Amino acid sequence: MNTNNDHINTSIEEQIWRLLEEVKDPEVPVLSVLDLGIVREVKVSDTEVPPLGGQGPKAAVSITITPTYSGCPAMDVISMDIRLKLIEKGYRNITVKQSLSPAWTTDWMTEEGKRKLKAFGIAPPNPKQQFCTTDMFREEAVQCPCCNSYHTELISEFGSTACKSMYRCLDCKEAFDYFKCH
Amino acid sequence: MIEEKNSDTPKFPLRGTGGLAYVLQLADNALILGQRNAEWCGHGPVLEQDIAITNISLDLIGQARYLYQYAATLYNGFSVEEQHAVNALLPRPWKAFNRELQEDDLGMLREERQFLNLLITELPKGDWAQTTLRQFFFSAFQYLQYTQLQNSTDEQLAAIAEKSLNEVAYHLRWSSEGVIRLGDGTEESNRRITAALEELWMFTGEMFAPVAFETQAVQEGYGVDVASLKESWLNRVTTVFEEATLTVPKNTWAQSGGKEGKHTEHLGYLLTEMQYLQRTYPNAVW
Repeated sequence: MNTNNDHINTSIEEQIWRLLEEVKDPEVPVLSVLDLGIVREVKVSDTEVPPLGGQGPKAAVSITITPTYSGCPAMDVISMDIRLKLIEKGYRNITVKQSLSPAWTTDWMTEEGKRKLKAFGIAPPNPKQQFCTTDMFREEAVQCPCCNSYHTELISEFGSTACKSMYRCLDCKEAFDYFKCH
Repeated sequence: MIEEKNSDTPKFPLRGTGGLAYVLQLADNALILGQRNAEWCGHGPVLEQDIAITNISLDLIGQARYLYQYAATLYNGFSVEEQHAVNALLPRPWKAFNRELQEDDLGMLREERQFLNLLITELPKGDWAQTTLRQFFFSAFQYLQYTQLQNSTDEQLAAIAEKSLNEVAYHLRWSSEGVIRLGDGTEESNRRITAALEELWMFTGEMFAPVAFETQAVQEGYGVDVASLKESWLNRVTTVFEEATLTVPKNTWAQSGGKEGKHTEHLGYLLTEMQYLQRTYPNAVW
């Protein structure tokens, strides 16, 4: 393999990773797909694909994402948004694949992502060990994103989207969404 | 532009045509129960429970999608002889489209006798007690089944099981707590869930009675031995029932036939509603 091309491929790959920062979760637009930890792989390869109008990159790009929840309707939108973002930058040879294994877990959400969630008013997921079992009537300690109190209670295990529960703060009285650990 | 793929090309495609039936059985369970739970949308007893049951429905339909996608991928990769051998499982209207098999064809165009779901999934949603109890029975089973399915020699099935397991854990927890709240609730809630138990119990046995393609799947290493799940399932049920002040029934006679395409009358009505759009506008796209 031509080492010159390898070097170019690597820097294109880095460009694409940076580009993906601009693709946001349609439901929680402060989070990028990278914050969510759903982009598993970016592969760039040499292909002589005639670029549009003679301009633009020639590389073939393959992106692998992993879905959060099985039924999450945002995944199709995200796939499309990734594709559109790449097209916007002149790429033409694009594959967006979904990989199911290893399964996505909230552990893959970045610290930055958790910080953004909290600023947005959604309590970020706790470390997984606390609650992902089948034991019943367990109370998970969830911090209020508004006033930081732990004096909160569960309203419902299921919320407005597949990934969220509903909680209520007993100190500041705000109801808020909690991004469930998964 | 390269076609977007929705599932990885399987590295160990299921051998033989029994494999297709096995995947369809898992998919049908998820789709039919997903459809039943979705009937509560807008009609739940309180908002939070309406949201809960529809979220569960969404999870199940998502699982069904992965499984149908996989089944379609498998079929499209079959040899001519293998495709011929499974012809009875394939939807008739799709054959006229002259194109590759897709997930929607399997879910939306097959007939009653081609569906392989457990009978318990197609029963009407009934009242809230019946829905909660039915979900508990099924989720307790599905949790055990998918835990073992993660060890399947088929990579894609193992991946789907691994992916779904956390969601199923939530379903199991929600429904277990629900059974306890209803059983040990008021006199009316106890009466209703006791009535639901009398209706549903005979449909639980089918979950643990393997049919031919399940036995074959176990032998070939990609399937789960459902008979071996019964004891753990019963333990879970007993534990929850004790707290719920319910009695585990003693009778062992089980209704069956779903996994062989022999269904209750209820399935016909369900499919009529669910498949209406795809049948009325053949080969339609959004």
